[in-house]
Amino acid sequence: MGARSIDDLFSPIPAEYRLERDLKVPRQMAESEIVDWFRERSRENGDSYATFLGAGAYYHYRPVIIDSLISRGEFLTAYTPYQAEISQGTLQAIFEFQTMICELTGMEVANASMYDGSTAAAEAVMMAVRLTGRRSVIIARSVHPEYREVLATYAHHQNLPLSTTAFKDNGRLNLEDLEKSITADTACVLIQSPNFFGTIEDAAAIAEIVHKNGAMLVVSIAEAVSLGIVEPPRQADVIAMEAQSFGVPLGFGGPYCGVIATREKFVRQMPGRLAGQTTDRNGKRGFVLTLATREQHIRREKATSNICTNQALVALMVNIFITIYGKVGLKELAKQNLAKTAYAAAQFGKHAKVLFPGSPRFNEFVVQTSENPYAINSRILGHKIVGGLPLKKFYPELGNAALWCCTELTTRSAIDTVVGLAAESERSVRSAKEEVEVAQ
Amino acid sequence: MKHMTRKATRHVNQNEGLIFEKSSSGKAAWKLPPLDVPEVDTAALLGTAERKDLGNMPEVSEIEIIRHFTRLSTWNYAIDLGMYPLGSCTMKYNPRVNELVVRLEGLANGHPYQPERISQGALRIIKTLSECLIEITGMDAITLQPAAGAHGELTGLLMVRAYHESKGDPRKKILIPDSAHGTNPATAAMVGYAVENLKSNAQGMVDVAALASQMKEDVAALMLTNPNTLGVFEQEIHKIAEIMHAKGGLLYMDGANMNALVGKVRPGDFGVDVMHLNLHKTFSTPHGGGGPGSGPVAVKRKLESFLPTPVPITKPDGTLGFDYDRPQSVGRVRAFYGNFGMFVRALAYILANGPDGLRQTTEDAVLNANYIRKGLEDVYDLPYATPSMHEVVFSDKLQAKKGVKTMDIAKRLIDYGFHPYTTAFPLIVPGALMIEPTESEPKEELDLFVEAMKSIAEEVEEDPQMVLDAPHSTRVSRLDETAAARKPILRWKPGS
Repeated sequence: MGARSIDDLFSPIPAEYRLERDLKVPRQMAESEIVDWFRERSRENGDSYATFLGAGAYYHYRPVIIDSLISRGEFLTAYTPYQAEISQGTLQAIFEFQTMICELTGMEVANASMYDGSTAAAEAVMMAVRLTGRRSVIIARSVHPEYREVLATYAHHQNLPLSTTAFKDNGRLNLEDLEKSITADTACVLIQSPNFFGTIEDAAAIAEIVHKNGAMLVVSIAEAVSLGIVEPPRQADVIAMEAQSFGVPLGFGGPYCGVIATREKFVRQMPGRLAGQTTDRNGKRGFVLTLATREQHIRREKATSNICTNQALVALMVNIFITIYGKVGLKELAKQNLAKTAYAAAQFGKHAKVLFPGSPRFNEFVVQTSENPYAINSRILGHKIVGGLPLKKFYPELGNAALWCCTELTTRSAIDTVVGLAAESERSVRSAKEEVEVAQ
Repeated sequence: MKHMTRKATRHVNQNEGLIFEKSSSGKAAWKLPPLDVPEVDTAALLGTAERKDLGNMPEVSEIEIIRHFTRLSTWNYAIDLGMYPLGSCTMKYNPRVNELVVRLEGLANGHPYQPERISQGALRIIKTLSECLIEITGMDAITLQPAAGAHGELTGLLMVRAYHESKGDPRKKILIPDSAHGTNPATAAMVGYAVENLKSNAQGMVDVAALASQMKEDVAALMLTNPNTLGVFEQEIHKIAEIMHAKGGLLYMDGANMNALVGKVRPGDFGVDVMHLNLHKTFSTPHGGGGPGSGPVAVKRKLESFLPTPVPITKPDGTLGFDYDRPQSVGRVRAFYGNFGMFVRALAYILANGPDGLRQTTEDAVLNANYIRKGLEDVYDLPYATPSMHEVVFSDKLQAKKGVKTMDIAKRLIDYGFHPYTTAFPLIVPGALMIEPTESEPKEELDLFVEAMKSIAEEVEEDPQMVLDAPHSTRVSRLDETAAARKPILRWKPGS
């Protein structure tokens, strides 16, 4: 090769910058040591705890064959399917995924996936800004707080004025508030349904106000399993989804599977990869990545987004999950979530205040207690159960409130245990109060 | 046929329709446990929000699902089948132990909002990986939150902007070499910056004199890929950094090509202020057919206060936690903490290598690229004679005389049992063939590749039409991309 040593090959690097020492990283480990090291970390990470946490990340059962299939090297170790002739497996799977998302959301087109629900929502809003030529954005306060933070980050340098619309006592968007704040410069209104509190929004009523004002309705869906039993927001112009619930592990927050779905007429402003059907030279059906003229590698600074990598393997998990449950199973699965949640909310309601009554909810609900939920949760944790998410950080106006979630994996015995501990907490606060009153 | 390939041969694979076409009513592959709480009246609970029809969802049995996706999988090329020399993509082996450890109960089922006291394992992984990546890059601080390389670029430029704003002026422009990835200019636009192109010099490197004249007080940063997309190390990197810093600008490094540097040289040592890494390239996490990736951003101390929230910290009692109180932060770029599953895999890769392994990985990657260069430099045009690092870029100049372009050669390579190299990129090389073998390839596979490329070059001379018609051995022949874009069919419909 004409090189005498490895060092010759690195001669283009100026000598003064070459690293002449070992990197200070842990020493090389044997495979058995690596497995042991991570087993230890796994044990430190709440393995075998039951959970009542949801809030954008949901604990559903993952059928075994999802991992059997996605572990096939042909899926796992392939790149983005630029060379269509040797990527038909990935491309057809994406095409099926796009179809499933369309059917489930009631939209006409869906992309191949986005990073996650939060960035999908931000990109959907940007898309509405491009389509309407308007600048300001109204966001429901009942949208996931971290999704709102991400949108604020994305919008900051686009100089898009963001405003927030309140929720009512029934947990739904305040329509009067919306009527007042929407203007001729409103590009879109972003809501989430079921919203952060689990309440299902009245998308039809919201869409009417939004469309009357020439703006677009963007709906974020964070709990995909809801689509088995909850009517999708068909009136929306863009739906930005998090599909994690469909067979994707919680994995401490990622990777998940965002996706954007919309109307056919808006497709050229939609970001992200798209698989399309076509034919080969012999007229045989095949699939390719298409409409690339929207994308960064062609359009550079004029692209719809800078997105390049998406979440193909996670979208494949979603595809397989939907295929396993299918038309009947998705509905039955959603019904079990609904039943567990209805039971849990009713049980909590006997001892504490369940907020936002009177509107339909899916698998989450907010419970207000007399005691700080962190204190209650810490007793619950002693039973190897993780209680609901205390909301003080995100919604101080709700006081001692926590967001609880039940899925098909939540057992009645776990519900009874946590309700029992919450009831005990209420009783002890009440008797402490009575003691004070007696003493006075 | 004179040119036979030793690597590949035809074999039977199965036809398979879309899953919707296989569906028939009543089939199922699921079973829920009996409900342990009272049944509910969904109509009463949901009212008008109740969904009546799920549309066209598949109904199939479990074996049909297994066969459906297994059949689809056999239509894919993959690293597991052979060399995948996509330049700039670093298609290295994806170790299977990574897949095992990421599925351990506590890591796979950890909820992002579970209390910190039962999240110490995940936090330890985040902290250890952060420390390793800081050491590898020679930077001072890092965020693991960005979900991919382009997302890392966005995060990095947000921090650049916040840094300049803190000095009173966000500045107006980002300088980007004409050899850069398309994500660079697209990202600059998202952060509200104008893009100014920087021409490469005759060696394919940054023209330092041009940079000196283009670098003004209104330039926020230079986005540089090093080694650049020609696989060439920017030898005057110290001058480039000096020029940027002298006028108050920052040096951003696109870390897509970090596989040429790990353990040999550290960007932080040669003047880089902010950079992203691609865990799905350099650190062996699988590409999965186009993601998920992970794009951590490492910075120098002066940019640390702008990192996205939350930032992992060690608390006074020695336990790990997250700090959300970061008043100067650019904010959040993603819900939760990033693609944690990729952190686990990347850390497993680092632990499996250690300091010696990481260094040798880089050496082998550069050695392999130079071996290919040597093997093919007499057959394909080498537009830049500058020494190559981890990838080598040829052009189709010689073959174009016969009307055969880089994409045609790429398609013919498929018949020889290889995934094509990256075609037509970087843009500064007309008809580019961008080849990155990575360290994973044994000499035998490299020899087969060189042999295949030489054989194709001969075919171009003897029978160019045969190359233009390639691939000849795939399930489908070349697909009509124009028709796909003109009248997009983006979903299946009943009866279609």
